[in-house]
Order: sequence, then structure tokens, then C-alpha cells
Amino acid sequence: MKEKIGRVVKVAGPLVVAENIPQAKMFEMVYVSDKNLFGEIIEIKGNKASIQVYEDTSGIGPGEFVYSTGLSLSVELGPGLIGSIYDGVQRPLDELRKEYGDFISRGAYKPALNREKEWLFEPVVSKGATVKTGDVIGKVQETPVIMHKIIVPSGIEGEIISIIEKKKVTVEEVVARVKTMEETKEIKLFQKWPVRIARPVMKRLPPINPLVTGQRVIDAFFPIAKGGTACVPGPFGSGKTVVQHQLSKWSDADIVVFIGCGERGNEMTDVLMEFPELKDPRTGRPLMERTVLIANTSNMPVAAREASVFTGITIGEYYRDMGYNIALMADSTSRWAEAMREMSGRLEEMPGEEGYPAYLASRVASFYERAGRVFILGSGKEATLSVIGAVSPPGGDLSDPVVQATLRTVRVFWSLDAQLAYARHFPSIHWLRSYSLYVDMLSDFYKKEMGEEWIEIRQEAMKTLRREAELQEMVRLIGIDALSSKDRLIMETARSIREDFLQQNAFMDADTYTSLKKQYRMMKLIHLFNKLAAHALDKNVGLDKILSLPIRIEISRAKLIPEKELKKFDAIEEKISSLFNTLVKEVENG
Amino acid sequence: MAKEYVTTREIAGPLLIVDHIEGAKYNEIVQIKAVDGSIKNGQVLEVDGDRALIQVFEGTAGLNLGGTRVKFLGRGVEVGLSPSILGRIFNGSGVPIDGSSAIISEKRMDINGNPLNPYARNYPSEFIQTGISAIDGLNTLVRGQKLPIFSGSGLPHAKVAAQIARQAKVLGKEEKFAVVFVAMGITFEEANYFMEDFKQTGALERSVMFLNLANDPVIERIATPRFGLTVAEYLAFDLGMHVLVILTDMTNYCEALREISAARKEVPGRRGYPGYMYTDLATMYERAGRIKEKKGSITQIPILTMPEDDKTHPIADLTGYITEGQMFLSRNLFQQAIYPPIDVLPSLSRLKDKGIGKGKTREDHADVLNQLFAAYARGREVRELAIVLGESALTKADLIFVRFADEFEQKFVKQSEYENRSIEETLDIGWRLLSIFPVGELKRIRPEYIKKYLSRYTTFSAGDTKNAD
Repeated sequence: MKEKIGRVVKVAGPLVVAENIPQAKMFEMVYVSDKNLFGEIIEIKGNKASIQVYEDTSGIGPGEFVYSTGLSLSVELGPGLIGSIYDGVQRPLDELRKEYGDFISRGAYKPALNREKEWLFEPVVSKGATVKTGDVIGKVQETPVIMHKIIVPSGIEGEIISIIEKKKVTVEEVVARVKTMEETKEIKLFQKWPVRIARPVMKRLPPINPLVTGQRVIDAFFPIAKGGTACVPGPFGSGKTVVQHQLSKWSDADIVVFIGCGERGNEMTDVLMEFPELKDPRTGRPLMERTVLIANTSNMPVAAREASVFTGITIGEYYRDMGYNIALMADSTSRWAEAMREMSGRLEEMPGEEGYPAYLASRVASFYERAGRVFILGSGKEATLSVIGAVSPPGGDLSDPVVQATLRTVRVFWSLDAQLAYARHFPSIHWLRSYSLYVDMLSDFYKKEMGEEWIEIRQEAMKTLRREAELQEMVRLIGIDALSSKDRLIMETARSIREDFLQQNAFMDADTYTSLKKQYRMMKLIHLFNKLAAHALDKNVGLDKILSLPIRIEISRAKLIPEKELKKFDAIEEKISSLFNTLVKEVENG
Repeated sequence: MAKEYVTTREIAGPLLIVDHIEGAKYNEIVQIKAVDGSIKNGQVLEVDGDRALIQVFEGTAGLNLGGTRVKFLGRGVEVGLSPSILGRIFNGSGVPIDGSSAIISEKRMDINGNPLNPYARNYPSEFIQTGISAIDGLNTLVRGQKLPIFSGSGLPHAKVAAQIARQAKVLGKEEKFAVVFVAMGITFEEANYFMEDFKQTGALERSVMFLNLANDPVIERIATPRFGLTVAEYLAFDLGMHVLVILTDMTNYCEALREISAARKEVPGRRGYPGYMYTDLATMYERAGRIKEKKGSITQIPILTMPEDDKTHPIADLTGYITEGQMFLSRNLFQQAIYPPIDVLPSLSRLKDKGIGKGKTREDHADVLNQLFAAYARGREVRELAIVLGESALTKADLIFVRFADEFEQKFVKQSEYENRSIEETLDIGWRLLSIFPVGELKRIRPEYIKKYLSRYTTFSAGDTKNAD
């Protein structure tokens, strides 16, 4: 398969220039030197091709051979992806460790899908059936929660002339043969797909359902739709990673693809060690059974980091094509953009803003554009791929080109705020600066799920928070005493919304996930208290009296009420009503 | 016998371009002999056909075009290792400067190392007690973490780092412990401070020092931390020791990196630093950690002085994105004679949640920590408000927060350079400070802990606060 062709003429970090590669294609995979360093052609000029190499190039020099493969950079798609941990070019890190030890040595290679492992294949079509691209021909129980559907690879259409019985096979065994117009094609459990090309769908649709995350500030205020896109920018230390981890743990997607792109090794380890222990709240099974991890930490080769987001999203699309809802997290896309910048600099391209290549915005857009709610090929069933990208702007500066390029594309913006993080208000998503363009599209769902009132209560809460910001300005100038009782009540209610509702402790069992029902009940408590308090103020009840009601402690602890005991909210509501009744009566009776 | 080339074509800043070479490899080390016979070391940055671009560690002073002899050594920069390396002092290029002979190496390792497989990592979760309340209580350090000190010129970061090195221990365990100290462009005085301190506490024989001082070659600084970290990896993962690496000062390192980048005429990123600085820093910081089924660990404390105390400066910014938190030193606190002047609000230890709690520190630690943070943040906010409006404009509740913030700085943060507080003491101080609030304000603490711990301190009277004033 490998032919000796081409020779290295230049080495500068991860960029290698080789000459005389016959029929060199853009994005073709090549191997550099006898050390088998894996790379990809990213520029062709005359007989010279520039190669970005996914491994350390120390010790490589002019004159060494370059071997071409003729293939584009592709990933292997088939059973065994779930629960795996890959680097940016889909090398299985657990297998690499077994073979090569604790450190990743150069030229290390293992196939992405285990070649020995046997899967129980069960056919769902029989001989003689006509199939086309995207049709399901069989299934494999990949994990106890994920049924892996074997779909007809792209470009194959015709009659099934043979298909095996239900039995155990490895990924490389042929399970079916299809007679197409031209020839007979073999179908195995796995297929390959070039990462830089989006997998085709039947039809794209606008999103209508929310991705429920159990995070109150997100679900209630700034929801993301299934099939939507969101971005989380924030300075370091503002809790970006915790937000991403929380979403991958708790969002109600069927499968989560988590890309650790140029981030900390220990954080990936945290995911690796925690996910197998964590239970999916819906199925009760370990989260690892629905997760694919891509880890290209910051000290791993920079070119592989560039590829990692594409590797991840291609895997996401593959499962989407089986009809699943996928949530993809990329942490962080800034590191990905920086990898692009580094390669661009080495190619001596004319730089755009801040040294980033001029094509930064279009690359970012085309990545997010692979998200969506679609009708899949074959069955035409509905499936979604949601993409949530973290951005790490230097100094938290939102005018950073990567943030700006991202904001032009995504529909949800969760703005993380360092001041909130310092005050240990987590998740530190700023309620005034964030937005979600899905709110209107999702309102039907929320009305159905949480009640007609919800939309109104939510708006009221947002209004209170906005008013609080104005009042705070005023307090800063003239002091709190200058505020009317009504305005002070608004300040207190806003504080209650912030502390008792928006703040959520990811490390506390009762608080880390909140169902929509409970979110609604919690918000309603605050709403009710505010409403009755305003009413009481009208009836001349003193504000101090209202604020010193001990029931407020119960409101603040409502977040700790277990999901199974939501009835407790009824009792608190009743108590609030009766307390205010008494207060008002006391005043009326003098 | 390797060929010597006299075909140097260009010398620019720290760089050398040599023509008509054969078989040069990227990152290979070269030996350069000047006309006066002095020997310098360099490394290949780029090979293009028969031309090589070389960075010279000791600087290019004294080199000329005709008489400079360049020899390619066919290997990367390596360091010789053996257990006897402990207690030794080297210069920034790994040559002993303590008067003893060279190390007889059992093993040689490339100083660039290989990336640690994320799958092989073990999550850092062992609490390190530093005896400093602001760290132990609020920004807890754990084994295998990289926690930088963000400082400014004139602040006592050296004292804090030395205190950590002196007092750090894991509770209930006696294990092999070592310190690797890497100096990049710091003054002799500062380096000497560490050496004296290590000597006094007997830590010197468990230390390995790499010193590139302010008047040493600038480009050498690129290699110095990598020598240190390679030694640390050897001590930790071959010999099973727990290694604390102190890197000071990262600002000087980054400036050396910028110098090379400028000499290469690369497209500059922010403030002239190269676009790959993030990746470059990451290849060092990420060498902290633990490995599954191995005993040792590497904990890193890099120190960087932020120009103009600006944390959005690229060096601080990129470091913060890679390390697992940061400790901020505050000029404001320092001027109020509070030592250690750690500003706890912007400081953060990302790994603390795995290192604290029952069985590690104390069950109430997490809640107390959150409450202290929240209360202190509010106290500071109100205190600033009071400056604008005067204290009379504050409500009664606000005044308690101001008092809390003052007390917190004086009693919790402030301690002496040789005071080694146990975690119990630290938490007890925290509770005592919190006891001035009505119970309803302690929203972050679980009721059962309030019941169990707060009762111990309710005797704390307002009279105490008078003394602090």
C-alpha cells in the first residue's frame, strides 16, 4: 500500500515540505520518514507539497522519504467508538498506552476500532432487498444503552445478494454484499469517512425542541435547541470547563461527543475517571456508555489539534445518521483556531487579524454549520446534532477574532463573567449579557412542559434582573436609603433569583441537576413571594417585616429538595401565602 | 567523526544560518566553535534543503562568517541522569557549577520529553498542606497540580514559594520528596535566597538546581526549564519521588522566546510574542502530573511577574489557560503589610474539589470555603461602596460584611513566614470569622455542619474585633 515516493526538502516544526509526490492531492494522508510520522498535505506548489505533521518532527531532515496513501484524512466509523478515548487523529489512547507505555512515542499506531473484538450482528433486511445509502441493514448492541445500526455506506445502492445470519463478527468481516449497477460491494461493520467533508442528510430542518441540560440558568433563561449551536466564551477561571462537563454529564442527548482540544491533561483525566462512575439520570447506566472522547491535550502535537474537531464532529454525524440526538462539546475552539494560526504562520500565508489566517471565520462557520436538526438518509427519521463550543479569548476580551467569528455563527451565547466567578457564583453565566435566539422557537415546548405561566414568569424574572442592574447604579450614586420600598423589594427579589435560582452547585448531588419541573417550582416560589410581598407593601406592611420572614431561608434551600419530593414545594407555597395573609391582617387590624 | 562546516552565511541576533550542509535534522543539537576557540551550543530551528537555521544558546557574540566552525551532533538536547543528581547545582545548559564532577549517567533523556498519554494520567487528588491558610483553606494545592504564582515586581513571591517548598507535606504520610528549582534570568540575590533557605532547612540535598541568572545567556533560558522538568520526570516516574518544581521567572522565559521569534521574522501575535507561545508553554506546564500505577508525582509552581500587574498580559493570560488555577499576589495587601499578600478572590485552584472534604481535609471544608469566598466578595464590594458613599450610607447588614472582610484579611490571610498552620486550624479560623453573621446569611453551608461546627464559636465576641483595628 505504501509506495516510496517524494522526499523531504524542508522541516520547520510541524510543517514539512516534500517534493516529487506524484499526484499529490489536497488533504491526502502521508507518512513522513521511516519513523512513520503521520501527516496531511495542506498546500501544493509546483512539485512541492506542504505537509502538516501530526507528530513531533525532531530528528527529521531533508532527503528522507515521504510515503503517500492516496486517502484523505479519514476516521473509522463502526461499533466500538462509544466509550473510547481517541487523540485528534483517532488513535485509541488506551490501546496506545498498552502497547507503547505512559508517554506517546512517535510513530505509535493502533487502529481506531479494535480488530479482534467480536460483535453480535443481527440483520434487519434479507437477501433480495433493495437498499440505498443510509438504509439500515443490521444492528449491533454496542453498549447496553446504544443500539448501533449498520448503515449502507455512501454511494452504494442496489440489491442485497447475501447477508449473514445473526452471529458474532469482527468489524472487518463482510456482513453483506450489495449488487450495484456497476459491481458488487461488500459491507462490513465499519466504514471510513473523510473528516473534512460533512456527511449528507436528506433534509435540514429548523430546531424546535430544547436540549434539556438540568442547568437552571441555561434551561430557564438561555436554552439551546436540539440541533442548535452555542458558544461559551470566558476568561480563564470563569468556569468554562465546568459548564462543558455539566452539559456532557446531564444533557438529554442520546450520545455525547466530547472534544478536549488543546486543553489540560488533568481535566481530560477527570472526565475519563469520572464518566464511568457517573450515572445517566435517565437510563441509570454509566455515562461512558453513551460518550465518545477525543483528547488532544495542549502538549500533544499542534497539527493533530487542528484535526481533532473534525474527527469529533464526523463521529457525531455518523451516530446522527442512525437517528440519534447528539451533543458535541468542543473545549476549546480557541486552541483549534490557534493551531490553524500556527500552521498558517509556518506556511507564510498573509495573516489576517491578530495573525489568524484570513479564512478563520469561514472555517469556524463551516464547522458549526455541521450542526442541525435533520431528516436522515434512508429512513428519513428525525435526528439532531447540537454543537457547543467553548472559546477562550485572551484576557476575556470578547473582541478577539475567534469570539467574533464564532458569534456570527452561533445562536446561543453564554457569557461567562470573571466577577461572578470570583464571588463563586456558578455557573458564572452572566444573565444580562447572554442570549439565546431559540427562546421563541422553543416557547411551545416550554408552555406544554412547564405550563402556560412559565413564559410570563420567565420574562418577569428577566425584567427584575435588568431593573436590578439599573437600581444598583443608583445605589452606587445615592445610597440604598434613597430607594423606595418597592425598589428595595425588587433588589431583594433579584438577589433571590440570583442566589436561590441561578446559582447552582455542580458538586452537590441534590443541586447538580434540576429537572424542568423542579426549575419551574423553584422559580414559582420566588415569583409568589415577590408577588405577595408587593401586595403586602401596598397594604402598608413594612419591608423589614417582609424581609425578616424566616420562610426566605426555606426558599433559598429549595434547591436541595430532592427530585422525588417535589410535593414539598406545595407546603412552602401554602406557608408563604398564609404568612403574608397574617402580615396583611395584622396591619389591617392595627 | 562529524563534519565541521565553515559555511555560515548569516548571523542575526541569536540566529545563525549555515549553507551547504548535508543530513541536518530538525531540532538537532550543534556545536559551534568561534575563531577564538570558545565553544557554544545551538539547536536547529529549521532545515530547508542544504541550509540550516540555528539558534545559539550562549548568544552569537564573537562569531564571524569565515572562521566559525559548526558541527552537527546528530541528537537532540539530552540530559544525563542518575540518583546522584540530587543535591547538585547546574547552569542553564545542564553543566555542573557546584565544583563537583559531572554526573555519571545511568540514563540519558531528551529534554523535550514526550507528551504524556492522557489515558495514563492519574487524577491529582492528594491534598498538600502548605501551612498557608489562603492556599490550604481556599485555593487548595494537590499533588500533581500546576499552580502558578501571579506576582508583580517587588512582591514577595520568592518568600511564598520558599515557604511552600519548606512546609508542603501530605498528611499522614512519609514519602520521598524532592525539589527541582529552575531559575530563568533572575538575580543572583534571589537565587541565593532560595539556596540559603534550602540549606537551612536541609532541603538542599533533596534538591536539584538549574540556574540561568540575569547575566547568563538569554537564549539558554529556552532550554533551562526543560532540563529541570526532564530531571523531575526521572525523579518522579523512575525513582518514585514526589517532586515539587519551582520555575522562576516565566516572564523572562517568554521574553527569550519572543527574542528568537523576532529574530526569525515570524508574524508576531499579541505584544510581539509568537503565536505558538501557548503551545510552547503547554509543553512545559503539562509535564506536571501523576501516572496511574506509579508512585511519584510532579507538582509545579511556576512564578511569573506580570508587567504592570496586568493579568491580561499574554504571559499571564496564556499561563492561566494552561495551569490549574493561579495564586494572585496583591500589591494592595502587600502595602497593608499583610503577608502572604494572596488575593483570594481572583486566585483559584481548579483541582481543589478532588482534594478536599471528608477523609482528605475535613467534611465541612467545601462549604466553609464557598461561604468565605461569597462573604469576602460581598464585603469587598460593600467596602468599595463605603469609600464612595461613606459608611453612614450602609445598612446594618452591610456593615457586618465590611467588618468581616477586614477581619478576614487580618486573621485568615495574614500569617508569619514561618507559621505552619494545620488545615484544622485554618478551618477553625474560618468558622470563627463566619460566626459574626446571623445563621440565615450562611446560605452556602449545609445545616448539619452549621449545627456541628458553628456552636463551637458563637462565644466569639465583638470585643475581639477592637484589637484588630
